[in-house]
Amino acid sequence: MTGKNACPTKSNFMIPLNHYLLLSAFLFSCGVLGVVVRRNAIVVFMCIELMLNAVNLSLIAFSSYLGDATGQMLVFFVMVVAAAEAAVGLAIIISLFRNKQTVNVDELNILKW
Amino acid sequence: MQAYIPIFLMIGVGLFLGITFLTLQRFLGPHRPNPEKLSTYESGMPPVRTARERFSVKYYMVAVLFILFDIEVIFLYPWAVNFRALGVFGYIEMILFILILLIGYIYILKKGALQWD
Amino acid sequence: MDMMEYFSNADLVGSSPILALGTFSLIALLVNSLVKNSQKIVFWVCVAGVVVSLWFAFDNFELNHTAFSDMLLVGGYASFYSILFLVITLFALFLSVPYLEKEEYHLGEYYILIILSTIGMMLMGSAGDLITIFLGIEIMSVAFYVLAGYFRTKLSSNESALKYFLLGAFATGFLLYGIALIYGTTGTTNLIRIAAQYPQAFMDPLHLIGWGLVLIGFSFKVAAVPFHMWVPDVYEGAPTSVTAFMSTGGKAAAFSAFILAFSVPMSMHDPKLTMVIAILAAASMLIGNWFGLSQTNLKRMLAYSSIAHAGYMLIGIASGTQLGQQGITFYLVSYGLTNLGAFGVIAMLEKENGKNLSYEDYAGLARTKPALAALLSMFMFSLTGIPPFAGFVGKYYLFASAVQSNLTWLAILGVITSLFSTYYYLRIVVYMYFREGGEELPPLSRISFATVVLSGIGIVVLGIVPSLILDVLKSMF
Repeated sequence: MTGKNACPTKSNFMIPLNHYLLLSAFLFSCGVLGVVVRRNAIVVFMCIELMLNAVNLSLIAFSSYLGDATGQMLVFFVMVVAAAEAAVGLAIIISLFRNKQTVNVDELNILKW
Repeated sequence: MQAYIPIFLMIGVGLFLGITFLTLQRFLGPHRPNPEKLSTYESGMPPVRTARERFSVKYYMVAVLFILFDIEVIFLYPWAVNFRALGVFGYIEMILFILILLIGYIYILKKGALQWD
Repeated sequence: MDMMEYFSNADLVGSSPILALGTFSLIALLVNSLVKNSQKIVFWVCVAGVVVSLWFAFDNFELNHTAFSDMLLVGGYASFYSILFLVITLFALFLSVPYLEKEEYHLGEYYILIILSTIGMMLMGSAGDLITIFLGIEIMSVAFYVLAGYFRTKLSSNESALKYFLLGAFATGFLLYGIALIYGTTGTTNLIRIAAQYPQAFMDPLHLIGWGLVLIGFSFKVAAVPFHMWVPDVYEGAPTSVTAFMSTGGKAAAFSAFILAFSVPMSMHDPKLTMVIAILAAASMLIGNWFGLSQTNLKRMLAYSSIAHAGYMLIGIASGTQLGQQGITFYLVSYGLTNLGAFGVIAMLEKENGKNLSYEDYAGLARTKPALAALLSMFMFSLTGIPPFAGFVGKYYLFASAVQSNLTWLAILGVITSLFSTYYYLRIVVYMYFREGGEELPPLSRISFATVVLSGIGIVVLGIVPSLILDVLKSMF
C-alpha cells in the first residue's frame, strides 16, 4: 500500500504513509482508552473528539497518497458533524449539570447500567 | 533517518538561540521589578480578578453558537477556491446553503439565545 | 448553462422525498420561531411534509438508477425503506401529541427534530456511498440525542441523553475509522466501486479491519450484543413517544444501511465474516431474551426485547442471501408496527413522572380497558412470533434463510430463545387477564387509540396476507 506520489515537490522527502497511519492509530487508541478510563463526561467527550480527529488524519493521508479528493471531502463533513455533536453534547451535559450538579458519569445511577 | 537531519538541526538552532538570549538578558539587563510590571497584561486595563474562576453560563451559549456557524463556513472555502469553475450553479447552491443557515439564525434570534439578560 | 455538468433533473427527482421533507422541516422551523405558541401549526406542517414526501417516494418506486454520482440510490429498495420510515414517522407523530400534552411538555421543536431524524433515516436507506451512510447516521443520531433528553428538567431523561450521546459518538468514531481504512485500501468510498475491486481487495488485511470497524459501528446502532449497553437505559429514560420512534425507525434505518453496506462483503461468503456476524446474532438473542426475563419495568423489558430482535434480524445478514435480506425487511415492517403499537399503549397508560410502567400496574386491565388489553396482547403475541400475526412470518423467513445458508444451528438457537421470550411477553397478558387490580387510569386520547388500532390491524393483515409485502420485496432484491 504505497500509492503514487500526489505531492508535486520534494518527493524524496515525503514521509511514508505508514507513519501517518501509525500516528493516527496511536491517537485513536488514546481516545478509546480515554473514553474507557476517564469518568468526567467532558473529558470523555474530548477523547471522542480525539478519535474523530485521528480518523481525519488517516483520511487526509490516504487522500494525499491516492491523489483523490474524496477523503478530504469526507474530512469536511466529519468536522461539521463533530461541531454539531459538540453543540448537542455540551448542551446535554449542561442540562444534566443543572439538575444534578455533577458531570461524573459514575454518578449517573437513576437508570442502572 | 537522513531526511530528518534538517529538522534536528532546526530544533538544535532554535533551542540554542532561545537559551542564549534568555541567559544573556538575565546577566546584562537591569532587573527592577515592581507590582505594576508583574501584573497580568489585560489590554492596558487594570485586572479585576483572577482568570481562574467559573464563567457565566451565558458565555457558553454564545460559544456553542459560534462553533456551529464558524464550522459551517468551511463549506464556503472550497467553493471560494473554485468560484469560477463552479459558476452560476455553485453560486445558487451557496445561496441556498446560506439561506438554510439564515433560517437557523432567525430561530436562535427569535428564541432569544443571543439576549444577554 | 453549465449546470448540467454537476447535476441533472434525474438527480432532483431521485432525491425529491428527502428534499421535500427537508424543505418542510425548514418551514416548520421558521413557523416555530416567528409564531408564538405554534405547536399545533408546526405539527401539521410536519405531517404535511411527511405526506408530501410519501407521495414523492411512491412516485419514485418504479425508478431504478442512482443520483448525484452514485451517492444516492433511487427507487425500489430506497423508496421502499423511505416509505417505511415515513409511515413510522407518521405513527410516531400522532402518538406524540397526546403524550406530550399529558406530560405538559409540548414544544414545536419536538416535531421538527422527529422529521429531521427521518431525513437522516432516508439518507441511510438510500445510501450508495459510505459517506452518505455516515451522514445519514449522524443526522439521525444527533436528532435522537436531543429527543432522548427532551424532558430537560427530568434527571432520567438527561441521564438517558448523556449515555446515548457518549456511546453513540464513541460508536461513530469506530464506524468512521472503518470507512477511512476501506477508503484507503480501495481508493473509493462508493459501494458499487468497492464491489468492483472484489475479490482482490478482500485479501488486504487492512480492508478486512475496516469492515470489522464498520461492523462495530453498525452493531452499536442496531443494538447488538456486546454493543448493547446503552439500549435499556436510553429506552427507559427517554420520553415514551421518543422510545417508540427510536426503537422502530432508528432500528429500521440502521438495518437498511447495514444491508446496503454489507451485501457486498457478505456476498463473498467469507467464513470468518459470516461467523462473526452469526456470533453477534446468537449473543444478541441469548442475552436480550435472558435479561428480558427478569425485568419489571415494561419499557426496559421492551428494550431487552429490542436487543433480542436485533439478534433475529442479524441472522438475515449472516445468511448473506437475498432471502435473508427480504426476511429482515419484512421483519422490520412487522416489528415497526408491533413496537409502535406496544409503546403506544404504554404511552397512553403512563402516569406522570414515569409511573404506571410495571407489570403489576397492568393487573386487571382486561376488565377496565378491554380493548387496550386485547391490543397489547396482540402486540405481545406478534413479538413472540405466534401466528397469525406478522411477527411469525418475519421469523419464519429469517430462520429459513439461516437453514438455506447452512447456519441451521442459528435457526435452532433462534427458535429456542423465542421460546424463552414467551415467558416475559405472555406474562403481561397473564397480568392483564388473570390478576386483580385496577387503579385509576389517566384519560385516554382518541388519536393515540386510533393509531394503536391501526398498527394492530396492520400486523393482523400482514400476518394473514404476507404476500402484500413479500411480492413487493421479491421484485426489489
